[in-house]
Parts: sequence; structure tokens; C-alpha cells
Amino acid sequence: MAKKLALIASKGTLDWAYPPFILASTAAALDYEVSIFFTFYGLTLLKKDLNNLKVSPLGNPAMPMPVPMPNFVQMLPGMESIATMMMKQKITDKGVASIEDLRTACLESGVKFIACQMTVDLFDFKPSDFIEGIEFGGAASFFEFAGESDVNLFI
Amino acid sequence: MEFAKEVDASGLNCPLPILRCKKGLSELEAAKVLKIIATDPGSVKDFNAFCAQTGHTLLQLDQDGKTFTFYIKKRAN
Repeated sequence: MAKKLALIASKGTLDWAYPPFILASTAAALDYEVSIFFTFYGLTLLKKDLNNLKVSPLGNPAMPMPVPMPNFVQMLPGMESIATMMMKQKITDKGVASIEDLRTACLESGVKFIACQMTVDLFDFKPSDFIEGIEFGGAASFFEFAGESDVNLFI
Repeated sequence: MEFAKEVDASGLNCPLPILRCKKGLSELEAAKVLKIIATDPGSVKDFNAFCAQTGHTLLQLDQDGKTFTFYIKKRAN
């Protein structure tokens, strides 16, 4: 019987978008049955348009910067956009997949996406904001597959 | 070594070589051999792990500088 992986994706920044999609697509390639429950900011990863994903150097002292940059410089207008642009350039240069490609790979290999209905209501998202082929559910629907999974991760 | 299909994953980073490998194998008949080229230094450990978990067989690994060539035999159904 196939092994099962259950993930919770709770973050919506460009950098944190990677772990759930990398793990899910790889697990699917290893013949796992995979489900991801997207909640709070993680719901951003199910939006049709992924171009709004950003990375912020602010409050992230481990982020490698070309020159040392104190917090009061990182908070200047435009710094987030510049950091995001630089990160996207690095992603392309190093042959790292785009989030869109990894998400498509997940969908093509049968990874199930579940959007947290409570968060959708909380943030006034519309079902039409999201890609096709996802389900909407709550904590109980997470446990429906998490309870019988071999690996469970909160990201 | 004889192979039925070749996939070039040069320049691609984790997890793309594994995803391309999986896709390549899915297009092959059982017991046929897939040749896959990768430059990701992590791919050696990853392809071994992939084969150990899926039952496909890593027949041969050649290294030429920073390029790795794997020959993977698809498992019997």
C-alpha cells in the first residue's frame, strides 16, 4: 500500500512557498499519496496569480545580503520589492524551479489541495481567487487524511 | 549501456531532476532503462534514495567532472 504524507502549509512568502511544494512533489514521485491543507497565509499559494509572492529581509537576520544592511534600511519603501527581485533572479540563475512549476507538478501527480474554509471566510477571499481542482474544508477534513498518514508536517 | 529513453536534467536543481526522472520512467515499459543526466551535486544521494524507495534499479552512475549520468532500470510492474 502506498505511503501517505500530510502537510499543513501556513506561510505565504516566496521563500516559505518552497518547502510544501518541494516535499509534496517529491513525495508524489516516490509514490506517496499526498494531501496539503492550506491555512492562513498559506492560502496565498493557491491563488491563481502567484506573482504577488514576496520575500522580506526585515525581521529575517539569516537572509544572505550582498552588503550588511541594518533594520532601519530594510524598512525603507521598495526594499521588499528589491529583495524579492534579487531572490527571483537567483532562483532562475541556479536552476531552481518556480513555485508555479512545482505547484503544477504537484497537481499533475495527483497531490490533493485543501483550502481552509475558515480562513477563506476570515479574509473575505472568493472561491474564484483560487485555482481549479482544490477542495474546501476544515480541521476535521485535515485529520481525515492526517490520521492515516505516515508523515505529518506543519510548515 | 543500452537505454530506451534519455532525459537531460542538466542545470536543474532539487527536486527537478527527480521529478524529470519519475516522468521519464512513467513513459517507459517495465524493465527498460532510462538514461538521465544531472549536474546537481545532491542528485547522487537523491537518485540512490529514489531508487531505494521506489524499487527501480540504479544500474550505473558515471561522473564526468560536474556531470552525473544515471542509468535506471524501471521496476517490474
